[in-house]
Amino acid sequence: MRLTLHIWRQKGRSDKGGFETHQVDNVSEHMSFLEMLDVLNEGLESQGKEPVAFEHDCREGICGSCGFVINGRAHGPMTRTTVCQLHMRSFKDGDDLTLEPWRAKAFPILRDLIVDRSAFDRIVQAGGFVSTNTGSAPEANSVPVRRDCADKSMDAAACIGCGACVAMCPNASASLFTAAKLAHLNLLPQGEPERLIRSEKMVLQMDIEGFGHCTNHGDCEVVCPKGISVTTIAQMNRNYVQATLLSSPREGDSTE
Amino acid sequence: MSLPDNKLPTGPIQTAWTDRKFSMKLVNPANRRKYTVIVVGSGLAGASAAATLGELGYNVHCFCFQDSPRRAHSIAAQGGINAAKNYQNDGDSVYRLFYDTVKGGDFRSREPNVYRLAEVSVNIIDQAVAQGVPFAREYGGLLANRSFGGAQVSRTFYARGQTGQQLLLGAYSALERQIARGTVKMHSRSEMLDLVVVDGRARGIVVRDLETGKVESYVADAVALGTGGYANVFYLSTNAKGCNVTATWRAHKRGAYFANPCFTQIHPTCIPVAGSYQSKLTLMSESLRNDGRVWVPKNPADCGKHPGEIAEGDRDYYLERKYPSYGNLSPRDIASRAAKEACDDGRGVGPMVEGVRRGVYLDFADAIKRLGKPAVVEKYGNLFEMYQRITGEDPYEVPMRMYPAPHYTMGGLWVDYQLQSTIPGLFVIGEANFSDHGANRLGASALMQGLADGYFVLPFTLADYLAGRKPDGLQTTHAAFKDVEREVNARTDKLLSIKGKRTVDSFHRELGLMMWDNCGMARTDEGLAKTLKRIPELREEFWKNVTVAGSGAELNQSLEKAGRVADFLEFAEVMCLDARTREESCGGHFRTEYQDEGEAKRNDEKFSHVSAWEYTGVGNAPTLHKEPLEFNNVHFATRSYK
Repeated sequence: MRLTLHIWRQKGRSDKGGFETHQVDNVSEHMSFLEMLDVLNEGLESQGKEPVAFEHDCREGICGSCGFVINGRAHGPMTRTTVCQLHMRSFKDGDDLTLEPWRAKAFPILRDLIVDRSAFDRIVQAGGFVSTNTGSAPEANSVPVRRDCADKSMDAAACIGCGACVAMCPNASASLFTAAKLAHLNLLPQGEPERLIRSEKMVLQMDIEGFGHCTNHGDCEVVCPKGISVTTIAQMNRNYVQATLLSSPREGDSTE
Repeated sequence: MSLPDNKLPTGPIQTAWTDRKFSMKLVNPANRRKYTVIVVGSGLAGASAAATLGELGYNVHCFCFQDSPRRAHSIAAQGGINAAKNYQNDGDSVYRLFYDTVKGGDFRSREPNVYRLAEVSVNIIDQAVAQGVPFAREYGGLLANRSFGGAQVSRTFYARGQTGQQLLLGAYSALERQIARGTVKMHSRSEMLDLVVVDGRARGIVVRDLETGKVESYVADAVALGTGGYANVFYLSTNAKGCNVTATWRAHKRGAYFANPCFTQIHPTCIPVAGSYQSKLTLMSESLRNDGRVWVPKNPADCGKHPGEIAEGDRDYYLERKYPSYGNLSPRDIASRAAKEACDDGRGVGPMVEGVRRGVYLDFADAIKRLGKPAVVEKYGNLFEMYQRITGEDPYEVPMRMYPAPHYTMGGLWVDYQLQSTIPGLFVIGEANFSDHGANRLGASALMQGLADGYFVLPFTLADYLAGRKPDGLQTTHAAFKDVEREVNARTDKLLSIKGKRTVDSFHRELGLMMWDNCGMARTDEGLAKTLKRIPELREEFWKNVTVAGSGAELNQSLEKAGRVADFLEFAEVMCLDARTREESCGGHFRTEYQDEGEAKRNDEKFSHVSAWEYTGVGNAPTLHKEPLEFNNVHFATRSYK
């Protein structure tokens, strides 16, 4: 098949950027979307032109590196699928596709389809952990965990941190990402001691990074490649409210 | 330089690590912050090491080329992690895990290293659970286990099909906690391009900031590499696209010996290549072989037919035929080679790619008949879905197609028992070192080794090294750093100035195919000799005819790839040389000349040693050093799966 691609090109953070149109011929339906871009890029490179920059690594839908918006939808038309696992059989000959990077104030564009998602790391730094040093752990089976809690925790822990939720949200909110991280840890007994302070700090960090607020659109859940549920956001809000009403000991506080 | 002392403990293996921990020196807590440690790589080994060293109070710098440490390729591991907890009361023990690993490694690993690995495996599970890793659990709330890769005990812990991601998120969260506390400074999008050695010791690295292109030096009292394996030398592998040999190769060129590079592992169940544009291969969990039956048509003329049109009597269930006692569960290397033989025989299935059909059927029709479709959905639903997403075929209706793919590399930089390389002050952890898996790694043991090195071994052995040295205030203004920076910049300039006709990927694909054909699943003296002649020619062409667009002072993915492929083009030579020199078949290394009717023929008299290669210049034959292996606890035995 033959495709027409309108791709966002931008040299660096401060460059204005704009769309550039390319034709790709002989696209096989068995190619992944990224392999189709590889073919485009090899063509550009062999003419001495700069290839389209896009982020990718594992190409099996788990590292969370890849992602851009295809015709207005994060990761393209297939549900629960990252662009690296999206195959060209989802498209047809003659299609016109517009490719854009994630757009959010908190995700500055670095080049073409690549954005800076380090804000996610800083949200985790704010409290997305259990404060336990190596060597201090009790015997693994000494704390039983209810099977349903473990399963729900695992559902949330499946988040790959790709940022599609932010890209799709009209407010560019990172609520689904943050809520997934919180649900993963807050639902386990190991995460309970720091549940409130963790919730408070991560939500605050989300604001500091410049993400918007959640107004219950639910687009994030629709495009999430791991199917994380928006119910995690309700849990986050509940924990956050509790945290602002109650105080709990936090790391770094003096206990003397 | 001859091989340094491997510092293996003597005395009973059961107490060797405890004794060593007691005899090693410690660094006073108040003094730790005076020492700077560089950790390169943020996968299971790198992240766990950086976090733990930060907790202990060292001043740590951690580097990764990805945009976040959470994306390292450890994340893609599906199956699980082994630990000798014996929660299932099925007779497991530290000694049994040790025994299985030495035997599984086909007697090419060091006993004391493997024993230590088995010993700390139990601590890893405790640590991961405390961090909030959501392992699978039973209804009673305790941890679930499964049997994996043909093991006779259930010692594998798992988190759905994403154990790697969950363990990495555990290590990553510990790392982020230290970053927030200021003990670790994280450098993402930073690629190590060289090692700096001052007065014979590893004292720092030179990195390129992948966003700005800026080349900078970092100085430290010790450097640890956790930069993964080199399976991408084959171009197509199950590794992430960014995985590369650059950090370990450049350390090798600065004096670190490379051990057993020919020991690579091929995974039998990956989705076959669909076309020449293929960029990577996707692994499907080995558990599929528990119920799927592997077959190809008996007659090459049937290969183009729809599988449903091929009568039962015209199908060759070759694993069941050749290995009646293990059948479809034959070990990875045997199943892989048998698939290759069937396809080389002209009986492969699936699309023709460059004139050959490379695929075999993995058929669930009998399982669906025996267990019913709902039971198959319950067991393999998510894997079937993944297969369908990639191939567009429904495995409930049409048999899956599978083909082996490079997956893991047991070889790596040589390290002593303390995980120190032949360069004092350079430590190597995880898949990047060669130490624990011998000639073949058992399933669910890679995650175990990465975390063992990072959480529970390196923090002790590094302290022993640092305690013997005083911080000396060395700065990156020292001439040694400036010299290496100049070399790194010159190399970048050279890559950008060639402006030839061939893309980086076209070189990588050609190298990969050649390595796959001649240094992959089955190797011959003739094929290796031919490849050893061809690699320098291809390398020469690369440096004359490669095209790299853009400049060095910006985010430039072509340039990143070019540097990595240039290193693979040098590394491939020592890998072939190692394969050619090792005139035996063992584990993942199968030399066609050394077999008994298809069974690998090990030569313990001549090859019970580690081959450590010393660099002597590009294109020059490296010097081979042999470290003899001693087996005092596990006795030599030959595998048989017939």
